[in-house]
Amino acid sequence: MNSYQLISLEIATVLLGLGILLADLWIAPAKRRMLGFIAAAGVAVIFAASFSPAFPDFGTAFGKMYVFDGLSLFFKRFFLAAAFIVLLLAIDFADRIAVGISEFYSLILFALAGMMFAASSNDFTLMFAALELITITFYVLTSFQRNKLQSLEAGVKYLILGALSTGFTVFGIALVSGIAGTTNFIELSAKLKDISGDPIFLVGLLLLTTGLGFKIAAFPFHVWAPDVYQGSPAPVTAFLAVGSKAAGIVLLMRVLFVAVPEVAKSWSGLLAFISGATIIYGSLCAIPQRSLKRLLGYSSIANAGFLMLGIAAVNKDGATAVLVYLVGYLFAVLAAFTVISIITRNAESDDISVLAGLSKRSPMLAAALTFSMVSLAGIPPLAGFFGKFLLLKSLIKAGAVSGVHFVLLGVAVIAVVISLYYYFGVIRAIFWSKDVSDHSPIPVPGALAFTLAVCMAGMFLLGVFPRILVDVDAESLNSAVGVFARLL
Amino acid sequence: MSLLLTTLISVPLVAALIVALIPGNFRFIIRLVALAATLVAMSLAITAFVQFQPQGFDPANLATFQMQHKVAWITSDVININYHVGVDGISIGLLLMAGIVAFAATAVSWEIKTGEKTFYLLLLLMSGGAFGAFCSLDLFFFYFFNELALVPTFIMIGVWGRGPQKNYATYQITLYLTLGAMLALIGLIALYVSAGVNSLDIVTLKEALSKKALSSGAQAVIFPLLLFGFGILVGLFPFHSWAPLGYASAPTATAMMHAGVLKKAGLYAIIRVALPLMPEGVAKWMPVLAVLCVGNIIYCGWVAMRQKDLNMLIGNSSVAHMGFVFLGIASDSLIGLTGAVVIMVAHGLLAALSYGLTGYVYNTTGTLKMDELGGLLRKMPFIGVAMVMCFMAGCGLPGFANFNGEMLVIVGAWKVLPNIVVFAAWGGLVISGLYMLRAIRSVLHGPTQARTENVGEFVIKEPLPASEGGLGFLGAVTAFFHSALGGGVWQLWRKLPYALLLVGLILFGCFPSLLTSKIKGSIAEVVNLSHKVSPAKAAASVTAPAPLNVADNRN
Repeated sequence: MNSYQLISLEIATVLLGLGILLADLWIAPAKRRMLGFIAAAGVAVIFAASFSPAFPDFGTAFGKMYVFDGLSLFFKRFFLAAAFIVLLLAIDFADRIAVGISEFYSLILFALAGMMFAASSNDFTLMFAALELITITFYVLTSFQRNKLQSLEAGVKYLILGALSTGFTVFGIALVSGIAGTTNFIELSAKLKDISGDPIFLVGLLLLTTGLGFKIAAFPFHVWAPDVYQGSPAPVTAFLAVGSKAAGIVLLMRVLFVAVPEVAKSWSGLLAFISGATIIYGSLCAIPQRSLKRLLGYSSIANAGFLMLGIAAVNKDGATAVLVYLVGYLFAVLAAFTVISIITRNAESDDISVLAGLSKRSPMLAAALTFSMVSLAGIPPLAGFFGKFLLLKSLIKAGAVSGVHFVLLGVAVIAVVISLYYYFGVIRAIFWSKDVSDHSPIPVPGALAFTLAVCMAGMFLLGVFPRILVDVDAESLNSAVGVFARLL
Repeated sequence: MSLLLTTLISVPLVAALIVALIPGNFRFIIRLVALAATLVAMSLAITAFVQFQPQGFDPANLATFQMQHKVAWITSDVININYHVGVDGISIGLLLMAGIVAFAATAVSWEIKTGEKTFYLLLLLMSGGAFGAFCSLDLFFFYFFNELALVPTFIMIGVWGRGPQKNYATYQITLYLTLGAMLALIGLIALYVSAGVNSLDIVTLKEALSKKALSSGAQAVIFPLLLFGFGILVGLFPFHSWAPLGYASAPTATAMMHAGVLKKAGLYAIIRVALPLMPEGVAKWMPVLAVLCVGNIIYCGWVAMRQKDLNMLIGNSSVAHMGFVFLGIASDSLIGLTGAVVIMVAHGLLAALSYGLTGYVYNTTGTLKMDELGGLLRKMPFIGVAMVMCFMAGCGLPGFANFNGEMLVIVGAWKVLPNIVVFAAWGGLVISGLYMLRAIRSVLHGPTQARTENVGEFVIKEPLPASEGGLGFLGAVTAFFHSALGGGVWQLWRKLPYALLLVGLILFGCFPSLLTSKIKGSIAEVVNLSHKVSPAKAAASVTAPAPLNVADNRN
């Protein structure tokens, strides 16, 4: 398979995005909303195409810059699934966007392409290009509601802080590749023994981790997250929370576990500290939040901490746990944002009081949001529990190697209890809030009802039958984790 | 390979799914489905109890579970989980108790008049979770089924709860129990990692650890995690403060299920997992547990004495009863542990009965403050008599199952912990007698008060729910029976849940061997395994306990 065939999924996505942009020229403004269905259908086709047996188990392209392996395929499907649901959300959101709905769809598709390239990056250059494609697209997406001050403010904040973090990333790449003499991850890992003691190399790696930490909103690089999550349009926040975060995670895993695994092992204390601080910070700051999107913003900071927990364990169990946790996270967060998007259509704000009486106004929305909160809290029988279970297991295994992980374990337990407070605060608002002003039933559009059903089924099935993901037969997960050959 | 237990667990869960699909205004149908499901579950539990073969203790053959059903759930080198259910002497009694309480709790939920669909859905989830927790032989599924009850508890207390502090109570119970559950989860995972057999199956773990015990360091960390994690779930002193307020604020069915059934899952886990698998941990921590259980019995008994609210009194008394179970566990003797399990079964029925009765009183009089109640024995004869029997059973009156359990615990603990037994006997008999008798006097005897002046029991006031929603035919049939039999059948039906619980208490009170004959063999194995210290330690310690001889019991 030659290089262009290997990146056919990304090419298809980009062409789809360009096609939507072009189609906009010939379609009447009133009908442009429907382009979203075409975009979603296209994404579904590309998702199905990713299962094609024509793809090899392992392939490299463009001078080994781009790698096609189990990990990249897992994440490509992840991003495609997320984008499918986000596009359906965007179609429903279309009337709340003044102009430029086709550009909205296209930008989502371009960000998707960037994420897919990021999943396959085997080289700092491709990693940087993919990161920039994602981030710059999101600068525009977050500020898309140009008539809302909050949205513009979110976009500007993301732009400034994102540019700062890009500076860190580039500086880090320069130092690392300068010392190593190569930008390729695999070649770097071969040379690692000679250079891993070099202080400039380590500083460069640290700066690089800073840049990636910004992407996943880890402490102390999280400052942008709550404001950007609150200000952006709901579909964009959803894509940011799921897609952009997962892109950061896969890049972090590739850099740490493929390029510099031995350094990652020696840094497990630092990673543990970052993840512990992130978890505590996110959980504590979420407690007083009344804005639903801001609450989910802080909760996603805490979730980033949990994901980093799996990375800080620096073992195969941890990598498996991260991937399983991400899938549960995808369904839970997308369901939550779907519900928020529907409810905030007619409501003034996204204050938690808009949920009052939801259990009577729309049982389906109430059930979906409850599922989502329970899964995020990590309570059986939903998917979030199994993800947390695997994370804790990998941490205990890592604790045998280094005692700092046991401290992290204590932090994780406390954080779970704290997180229960605000997640269950949402459930409380749904079921027995006192300030019920509006009793009218909330209609759920067909496409979004389908989305909610898929997300709820996903959370339930992955929680009760986790063998779908983790089993001797779970090909995609096993081959994904198999990429980290040098981890224990 | 028997499907009885799997059917028992799945009946309430499938019924919950059915209830989720029925539209919310078909209230009668929803209640019918829930009642049918729990009735089937109760019959299956009784069948299992009757079919269970008591067995002796065979040191050569450790896996002594009956009615097993095993399905591989996840097989990988990351984790190995099986759906594995089975019962032995310890769990069969608890399963029977859970079945009776689940049915009784569903039956007394006629008081719920709004949002029945959600309520019964959550109640069925709780019941299914309780059954699953007692039958599970894989620790992952044990935790899974146990935690299934967390969200239902939160929502049920929040929406249908009572009292000005219900919001605080529901958050307290949820967060506190999650802390305990997380500590226990860490302990379980640590056990899995340290045992090194890549399995969470209790049978596999028992075999592996009896051949090669965990290191002292591992046991020193894992045992307290499990003990205190599950202890918080049960209400071990000083981690008990969530219980009285939580149960007082809960609707009747939730309090019955939680205090009666779900609390016992934590105790069951300690007996099933912590005791047999970590003997060194046992030796080190049982003295601590013995001291803490005095806190339960005496301190919570004193707190109960000061309560003016009937539900708070029962809540504190139920925490005090848990002290007896902990004493039985701390004694780590055949008689003591058998007594502990008997108390678990008896207290399950007792707590359910207490909360059921006070729930009825609350519904008719609108209050549970003891100084506002009085003379109920004249106004509500059946409920009053049941309440007298129930409170007396709580004091340890012979004839009820609780007496047998407490007797066994006291006798079993005497050799090992004589000082503690003195406190326990005093606390169990004197203090509990004090507050129970005072409660009976102020609530049931004496002059009637304003609130209790015009009440009666099982008075047919409102139209039956069938006429409000549900298929017209069923409504007509019910109305026919109601009018034809003069409401007598309806009254009998209303009395049934309390009667069932009383029958259980009296049956196991008068014929204790029905229960203890089944428990003995499994407890003998637990005790033997928990006394197995390594040969070096046995040689070093002067008072090394000898392995137990099963013939040496006088039951």
